[in-house]
Amino acid sequence: MVKAVEQEKLIEVKNLKKHFKVDGKATLQAVDGVSFHIYRGETFGLVGESGCGKSTTGRTLNRLYDATDGEVIFDGENVHGKKSSKQLKALNRKMQMIFQDPYASLNPRMAVEDIIAEGIDIHNLARNKREREEKVIELLETVGLSQQHASRYAHEFSGGQRQRIGIARALAVDPEFIIADEPISALDVSIQAQVVNLMQKLQRERGLTYLFIAHDLSMVKHISDRVGVMYLGKMAEVAESEELYGNPLHPYTQALLSAIPVPDPNFERNRERIILKGDVPSPVHPPSGCRFRTRCPLATEVCANVVPRWIEAGEDHWVACHVYDEEYNHNFKQKSI
Amino acid sequence: MENILEVNDLHVSFETHRGEVKAVRGVNLTLQKGEALAIVGESGSGKSVTTRAIMGLLPKPAGRVKSGGVLFNERDLTKLSDKQMQRLRGSEISMIFQDPMTSLNPTMTIGKQIMEVIRRHQNVSRADAKNRAIELLGLVGIPNPEERIKQYPHQFSGGMRQRVIIAIALACNPHVLIADEPTTALDVTIQAQILDLMKDLQKKTNTSIILITHDLGVVANMAQRVAVMYGGKIIETGTVDEIFYEPKHPYTWGLLSSMPRVNSKNSELFAIPGTPPDLSNPPKGCPFAARCPHVMKVCTEVMPDYSAVSDTHQIACWLQDERAPKVEPPEEIQIGGDHE
Repeated sequence: MVKAVEQEKLIEVKNLKKHFKVDGKATLQAVDGVSFHIYRGETFGLVGESGCGKSTTGRTLNRLYDATDGEVIFDGENVHGKKSSKQLKALNRKMQMIFQDPYASLNPRMAVEDIIAEGIDIHNLARNKREREEKVIELLETVGLSQQHASRYAHEFSGGQRQRIGIARALAVDPEFIIADEPISALDVSIQAQVVNLMQKLQRERGLTYLFIAHDLSMVKHISDRVGVMYLGKMAEVAESEELYGNPLHPYTQALLSAIPVPDPNFERNRERIILKGDVPSPVHPPSGCRFRTRCPLATEVCANVVPRWIEAGEDHWVACHVYDEEYNHNFKQKSI
Repeated sequence: MENILEVNDLHVSFETHRGEVKAVRGVNLTLQKGEALAIVGESGSGKSVTTRAIMGLLPKPAGRVKSGGVLFNERDLTKLSDKQMQRLRGSEISMIFQDPMTSLNPTMTIGKQIMEVIRRHQNVSRADAKNRAIELLGLVGIPNPEERIKQYPHQFSGGMRQRVIIAIALACNPHVLIADEPTTALDVTIQAQILDLMKDLQKKTNTSIILITHDLGVVANMAQRVAVMYGGKIIETGTVDEIFYEPKHPYTWGLLSSMPRVNSKNSELFAIPGTPPDLSNPPKGCPFAARCPHVMKVCTEVMPDYSAVSDTHQIACWLQDERAPKVEPPEEIQIGGDHE
């Protein structure tokens, strides 16, 4: 756990938007005005339910998707600015990605050494064949595999081992920032712990910065220094992870935390769970005002009329909800659920 | 308590190009009337294969029950003909699958799919079946059931589809409901809705449930009893309290402590090293021996028998033998139920 001493911002996301055209006409607002920052050396967890825009945010951060609007500043450089292919290549090297599905994200026709060394080749990081081989072996050992695995193919590995290969591939180009999009969701519980421990070890050793995208809130709490909660393309709340889980402010965060089943029968028998009604609305036609209002137990008229502002409700604890806005909070009799 | 279903020394194997894979290797289970029994374990532990054998849904011809039986209503289900099983499935024993996206027919309206099940198993008119379909959709919490039965699966969200599947499973008032990872594909807030619904329906209909899941939180929420499977065998079984608060098998310890707890913050998670055994060549002794931190010489040689620490709590582990050294469970799981 690196508490970034100087709190230097490695990534700054300002009012980021990513809209997709669907059926030619309609616009799907996958990410709609999201702002947050990630300090150097920390793990920022991004949580939310399917369709909330967390993966799109991740992919827009490293320009896999072009942003519709807004800015991503990485180490002082505008990611979405005009760039020569050389500049873009240099940027790509610094930002790597680990994907959810270890079965689909490795090329089945390539030997593991070539999968891992692809980035090394593209960025000319090895002077000759021997150096390339040495690097691959070192990477394999770093992620807990061995030299003998280098010549094998992806199908010969278990899910957990494949995810280790995916991590080795990301590390091969010596990145500063890794976007891990649901890196453990497809793995068994006992294997998840192995992969998470490995990621944390690598972070300590190499000073990596992570964006950890997941829907498993207990795992996100475990690994993250700070956490952002997204709902339907908007950021609902951002805070340090202890603070967010101990003192959730946004009604959606409260409901989300209350919905996690805890592996403790006594606790489960006695807990009062907030059960949200209904489903997440379509991001093609999001509700007016606050996007969570259609499921929010606290919603009043103002929530339908005014988009909530992004307010610092506590120290480094940001929330988008009228309940915490001095201008509007007189509209709410009940302040929490 | 009355047993409604008994699995006796069940062995299931699959013929593959690499030879015989012994997926289930001697499983004994009892399901009591009105209870929810959870089977937990990792992929490949044999939990899904066990329930598919109960349902007579093993892929043919690769998979077959090699020995053992499934006793239900004084009949051995493994001895029934395909026709007899078809009559039983969906009426006396129903199943809910993991993926609500693929278990419905995309070309048929929801109403037709529910009515199909009712009319196949019960001698009722179309109008009565339709009314029952509407009633069922209302029961599982779908608003406007009169309108919704005319719609197709793609017009439903994931959570709503899982409700429809539950409605279909309950259409003929089954005695046993097998739910294979019923909430794994759903988001947490929707999962909470579905778990609530299933518990509510269980109370109302007194259906017995076999719940297959890898999520120990879901187990703690839903189940009264738990069977932990590993390498095709049940290695520990007990009430939820026994499994969560007094687990005895090192694999159960590993499972419980490898989950991050919302209320604790340790810098490192407990991880079980290694991977599960290859069941085309199953180990001679305890399947967990290769990964077990407390492994002894005997573990790799001989599979331990079950020993009972209470009427409900049984463990297959050599550590239970009186000659074995005393081993304390890891710190992470000594919570003793004093959750804040």
